[in-house]
Amino acid sequence: MATKKEVRETYYESIIKQGYSRRDFMKFATYIAAYMGLENSMVGQVAKSLETTYRVPVIWEHFQECTCCSESFIRSDHPIVADIILDKISLDYTLTLMAASGHQAEAAKKATMEKYKGEYILCVEGSVPMGDDGNYCCIGGRSAKDILLESAEGAKAIIAWGSCASNGCVQAAKPNPTNATPIHKIIKNKPIIRVPGCPPIGEVMAGVIIHMVTFGRLPELDRLGRPKAFYAKRVHDSCYRRPYYDAGLFAETFDDKNAKDGYCLYKLGCKGPMTYNSCGTIKWNNGVSYPIQSGHGCIGCSEENFWDNGPFYERLAKVPGLHAEGLADDIGKIGAGVLAGGLVVHAIGANISKRKELKSRINRGKSNEKNIAS
Amino acid sequence: MKKIRNFKRVYVWELPVRIFHWLNVLALFVLVITGFLIANPPAILSSAEATNLHSFGIVRFLHFTAAYLFFFVMILRVYWAFAGNRFASWKAFWPFTKKNWNNFWHVMKIDIMLMNEKEEDVTKISIGHNSVATLSYIFMFVLALVQIITGFALYGDMASWWLPKMFTWVIPLFGGDFLVRSIHHAAMWLFIFFAMVHVYLVFYHDWLEGRGEVSSMFGGYKFVCDERLKHAHNEEEIEIKEEKGIVATK
Repeated sequence: MATKKEVRETYYESIIKQGYSRRDFMKFATYIAAYMGLENSMVGQVAKSLETTYRVPVIWEHFQECTCCSESFIRSDHPIVADIILDKISLDYTLTLMAASGHQAEAAKKATMEKYKGEYILCVEGSVPMGDDGNYCCIGGRSAKDILLESAEGAKAIIAWGSCASNGCVQAAKPNPTNATPIHKIIKNKPIIRVPGCPPIGEVMAGVIIHMVTFGRLPELDRLGRPKAFYAKRVHDSCYRRPYYDAGLFAETFDDKNAKDGYCLYKLGCKGPMTYNSCGTIKWNNGVSYPIQSGHGCIGCSEENFWDNGPFYERLAKVPGLHAEGLADDIGKIGAGVLAGGLVVHAIGANISKRKELKSRINRGKSNEKNIAS
Repeated sequence: MKKIRNFKRVYVWELPVRIFHWLNVLALFVLVITGFLIANPPAILSSAEATNLHSFGIVRFLHFTAAYLFFFVMILRVYWAFAGNRFASWKAFWPFTKKNWNNFWHVMKIDIMLMNEKEEDVTKISIGHNSVATLSYIFMFVLALVQIITGFALYGDMASWWLPKMFTWVIPLFGGDFLVRSIHHAAMWLFIFFAMVHVYLVFYHDWLEGRGEVSSMFGGYKFVCDERLKHAHNEEEIEIKEEKGIVATK
């Protein structure tokens, strides 16, 4: 933190200093390796890295957001995550959690940015309002855009925490009055990891940071810049209620017997089938539960435009390109009806317009019929 | 006075074209029905445990199987556009010719706007597809590609085979499953609209022209006015010649 003495120590040293035993440390290494989707044999590598790597300086910026990402992070399952990675050791600057304030805090941030230029990790929580010259979000008299550009300048990599920084989230929902913009649309020249979710899972956040510390590089990312280890599968494909889906057993309302029996929430608008996240496997609050397990459908919070992608409690297909409630099935049914009517009119019109031709053909046919030599 | 017209049986739709057509019908029928079920599954009342039921899994299985069928018969048809006769050839679908546009306006006037020619000219009637039809098939071909790309993209993340996995780039392109699913669903309606118009026009042509439009997709033959043939030979003559030929080779 801003006030602490600048002594470079390894993660292991910090952890031991905090009063954890070596055994606790090894448990932590095993636990985080498992979350990162690493093989058992790599636990040693994780432990070794944490023992030998000096802490990576982290600057954590808060812009247009609700701090749910930070909340999620400090509630990460393992205490070492909160104690060591986030709270006391790594963060050089974070508005919400640091003890320092005012000019002192800003000065500490500046010092870190200069001293560790090209080394520090920039974590961004929240979107950046680009409308009205960035005036919608100002911190210490400077716009979010200014602050972001400045701190991104010397960053080794940027982690876009949560849906705000990754996708714009709720404040970017139509009509997006502040022109809230995700980070990757502003910063183009730095590696950016997008960790969407509102909030992302604490273990996922810890996993991403530990991965960068352990291996010294970014985790494997998908085409949208999300870590593959956590965003390669749909919630639906790892959902424990999936057997009900395959069986065709669905809750019809939230208070029917099917819902009580834990049937699939597909028809109640669960967005699990469209949402890439690891809620179904890692779960929340120390693995206690996740929305679907608690009886509520997934709202797809880690997907782009989830706020504008139709109602949470209905399963609808919107017509692409139409803003309002243009629902494919409504338009389709009306279209089919109109078309059927048009075809009937055309058929009648054809018989009237071409009556001469028809009559002559029918007559010829009839006369040929009489002419059959049997 | 009108002159007497003789009609000849002409082999228009070869067997691969007919197989493509009917397998396509089957696939689309299954795809649309199961597609609606997947989009909005019916409420089934069952006291069975999920372990003992797989009804929705079967619906999805049928959808995916029909999708593969749809995909592979389309490949067959593309192949046949290079191997087949003049009515199946890609040249018949090529829209950028003067002849094609002349025919287009003719069909628009006579069949769509229902105007009458002063004297009916049977020779102007298309033997294979008319130009309006070929345009609609080109559009349907593009639409089929859209369905294949979006469908395999939605399916790809669950698949272990490389073929559907080839389409996983589509999801990030549209930012997520939501839009891809919506496109897949909306495009299905265009197939339904197409099928309605297509079936109607087949009946229309059969009823007004009496050249075997409907049955042509079963037997492959249409009746063509003999003025359009290079020389209107007698079918019996051919049969006799063939017999002679067989005799000669023996």
